[in-house]
This record gives sequence, structure tokens and C-alpha cells, in this order.
Amino acid sequence: MATLGSAQLPAETGIPRTVSTAPVTKLAPRHSALVRVTHWITTICFFALLLTGIEIVISHPRFYWGETGTVLTAPLFQLPIPSSRATVPTAYGYVLPDQNGWSRALHFEAAWIAVLTGLLYVVSGLLTGHFRKNLLPSNADFSWRALLTSFTKPLRFERPSEAEASSYNVLQRLTYLFVIVILFPLVIWSGLAMSLAFASAFPWSVTLLGGRQSARTIHLFVSLALVLFLFVHVAMVCLAGFWNRTGAMITGRTATRKEHA
Amino acid sequence: MIKLSRRQLLVSGLAATAGASGLAVAARLAQKYGLVPPDHGGIYGLGETLTYASQRLLTRHSLAREFPRSRISPRPFPNELAPLTEEFKRLQAGRFADWRLSVDGLVAEPASFSIADLKSYPSRSHITELACEEGWSYIAEWIGVPLSHVLKLAGVHPQSKYVVYTSMEPDTWDSIDMADALHPQTFLCYGINGNELPVVHGGPLRMRLPRQVGYKNIKFINRLTVTDSLKGFGKGLGSAAREAGYAWYAGI
Repeated sequence: MATLGSAQLPAETGIPRTVSTAPVTKLAPRHSALVRVTHWITTICFFALLLTGIEIVISHPRFYWGETGTVLTAPLFQLPIPSSRATVPTAYGYVLPDQNGWSRALHFEAAWIAVLTGLLYVVSGLLTGHFRKNLLPSNADFSWRALLTSFTKPLRFERPSEAEASSYNVLQRLTYLFVIVILFPLVIWSGLAMSLAFASAFPWSVTLLGGRQSARTIHLFVSLALVLFLFVHVAMVCLAGFWNRTGAMITGRTATRKEHA
Repeated sequence: MIKLSRRQLLVSGLAATAGASGLAVAARLAQKYGLVPPDHGGIYGLGETLTYASQRLLTRHSLAREFPRSRISPRPFPNELAPLTEEFKRLQAGRFADWRLSVDGLVAEPASFSIADLKSYPSRSHITELACEEGWSYIAEWIGVPLSHVLKLAGVHPQSKYVVYTSMEPDTWDSIDMADALHPQTFLCYGINGNELPVVHGGPLRMRLPRQVGYKNIKFINRLTVTDSLKGFGKGLGSAAREAGYAWYAGI
């Protein structure tokens, strides 16, 4: 963890500092062990699901609305990519190799691990008050002005304030809650709705989404929304200080600068 | 560095032992209640086992969604077909009068059925969706005889666990557990949308399992083997598709 070296500097060593302008660093607790472990398991699963999801889409890059859809029916849209099946008409003169076998197996295995990890996170988040304390915006925090500032600050490439190193701003809270409460459940639901056996036990899981092909199309768009979240999330981490924030999610502690100490 | 007190060590030791024995008991119970798929080994074994076990607990008796006649897809997509063998072409020339479905393994008496025999049994139909693992799907009316009817006629032994079904297409075979084999919607299918099942759709005889994806619904079935173990079939993973990398259980 060479990159965390600065964060691990002891605050007061008794040895006179050679560089007096250096900020005093202090290690403040940031993320609980459970949040950190579930975060990184989810990260690994997310990349496995994304890669295998793309592979599965390649075998039929056509999307439909309603219950049914085949190459003999008009699609809602078709992704402009080559396919791993000769039966799918594409603008490309070649057929990609079939990767669906292992892709499906890894997709479902990663989904299992992600769902079980998510359950652990949600149950403990409710029990420990993590959601209430760290994610639910309090009435005092919430104002349209605060929300606007949290939007415009990163757009001006301004680094977040010191307070935001130890707590989330209102936009972060709303975004994380949206991902946890809306996007993750929806991607799991639309995925399960595509299971013929699951749908036999819970037929409403398909009909409520508008049919099997609608579920598949919704699954694609929610996945794209999650990828968009990932991009913004990583961009914000970079803006705030990549090693400091990533280090906090690994070690659980964040180095806070005390410039006016 | 975290310092462990004697008490913490004792507690974590006990917890680890309890966890390990809990897992061992869970594995034995899962085996006993038929919740472990034949392809439970390897890096994807955990996912396959979790999927199969939970589906068996949740969906053992559930029925695949059925649709009104008005929702039958106008053009059922037959998918690609491997080149037909000479033997198949010979039977096709004779309008499949010489086609036989043989039933062997753990049955009272090995039997053989012609298509006419199968059609003489009470015919059943369901309007269900055929969904391919690639993503596409269509709805059709599937007509046939429930597999359970044929198994009953052959006299299946009580210790049977799987039915292996083999296609006339070379190197094409698969298997299902008894929950799926005896399921009321599992058909030996010989008709589609009021007509005979055409060769492109797997005629004269196709396995039709509406709770599993397309690749388990094998075309040109000519042999059933009832067994209590899949070890002697191919590599023991349950299907030719599994040997090509596709999961044995395909309810998802």
C-alpha cells in the first residue's frame, strides 16, 4: 500500500517537521468493514455480470417489447454490433465465436454472489442505522440549494470540501439510495423474470413488466443506467482524490487535511 | 494488528467448527432431497447448485405460463438445423412410419413406441412460450403425449432419478430429473399449432419442456433411458450441451 503512505504518517511523532507547510494528516474512520467488504465483492460481481451480459447480448443484439420476438418479427431496435449467431442479420460479414455457455454460468453465479452480498448489506444497513445515518438525507441537509451546489461543484471540477471526506452530500445520498433501492432491485427482478422456471412460480413477475421481451429490454436499460452510475462514481472519486477515497474504501480510514490547525 | 483474547479465540473456533459442520449437513441434506445438479463441480458449480436447488424448492410443481390462442406467434422461428443424417432421411422418406422411440434403463420392461402408438394415447396440448438462451422467444401450441404417460406405461422403478433422452442428431442427448420428467407440461411433442410437427421444429418427435430454455427441448428424440445416476452417460455431467459448456439445468 505504498500509495497510502502519506495517509499512514503518524500525526505527531515528536520529531520536528522539516516541511512546515505540510498539512497535518489525521486518520479518521470512514467506512465500516462490512461496507468495504460488500463494496468490493459487488464491484467484482458487477464487472463479471457486465462482461458476460455483453457476451450474451452479442448472441441476439435485437430487442423487442411485449412477450415475444424473434428474427422473424420487427425489433424495437437492434444494436449495431456483430452477432455470435449466423441466424441474426447484421451489417457485418462475419459471425463471432459463441461464448454463451460460460457467460451464462458466470452471469448467474456472479448474480447469486451479488444478491447474497446485497442482502447482507441491506440487512446490516438497516440494523446498524447505516442507511438512516449515512444515506438518508436529513431534513436539515436537504435543500434545493444544497442539491444544486452538489451538482455544480463537480461540474466546475472543484474538489469536494473537507466535510465531504467524512460524510456524503445530499446528491450522493440520493444517488446511492436510487441505485440501492431502485436500480439494483429492478435489475434483479427483470433478470429473474427472464427465468422460465421462476416465471412459472411467479407469473406476475413477467406480466407486471409487460412480458418476457419487455423484461429483457428493461434489463438492458437498467444495466446501462448502472454502467452510467459506475462512470460518474469513478469520475467523482478521481475528482475527490482517487487514492484517498479508494484507500478509505480499502482500509476504512480517510486522511483528513487540517490546513488551519 | 488485531489481538485475540482467549475468549475470542474460543468463540471463533467454535463458530468455525459450527459453520463447517453446518455446511457439511447442508450438503448431505441437499444431496438427499435431490438439490445437487450433476454439474455441481468446477468454478461455476456454486452458481449452478444454488440455481438448481432454489428452483427445485420454489418451482417443483409450478406450471409454465400458458397463453390464450390469440397470442400464438404468427411465425414460429425454427432456428438452425444441423445437416440431417442419411438414416434420418430414409425414415423421413417413409413418412416416419418406421420411427421408433425406445425406452430402456430402470423400467419394468424395455419398450418401443411408433409415432402412431404415441398418437393413440390421450393427446394433450399447451400454448406456451419457447424461449432460447440467446434471448428470442415465440408462443406456439404444442401437442403431444405427456412424458409421464409413456414412463408409466414402461413401468419406472421407484429409485429412478433421471430420464436421459437421446436425439437422432449425432452427439445430441440430454437429461432431466424426475420432477421435470413427471411434470404435467413435459411432452413428447409431435404437433404444433394444430399441425404435425415439421422436421425444422424437431418432427417427428421433440422433447418439450416449457420451464427450461430452448436447448433442453431437443429435436428428433428416439430414445429414453431411465436411470438413478448420470455417471455412465458421456462425461457424467448430464448432457452433451453441458460438455459444450452449457449448464445442465436451464430453467433460467
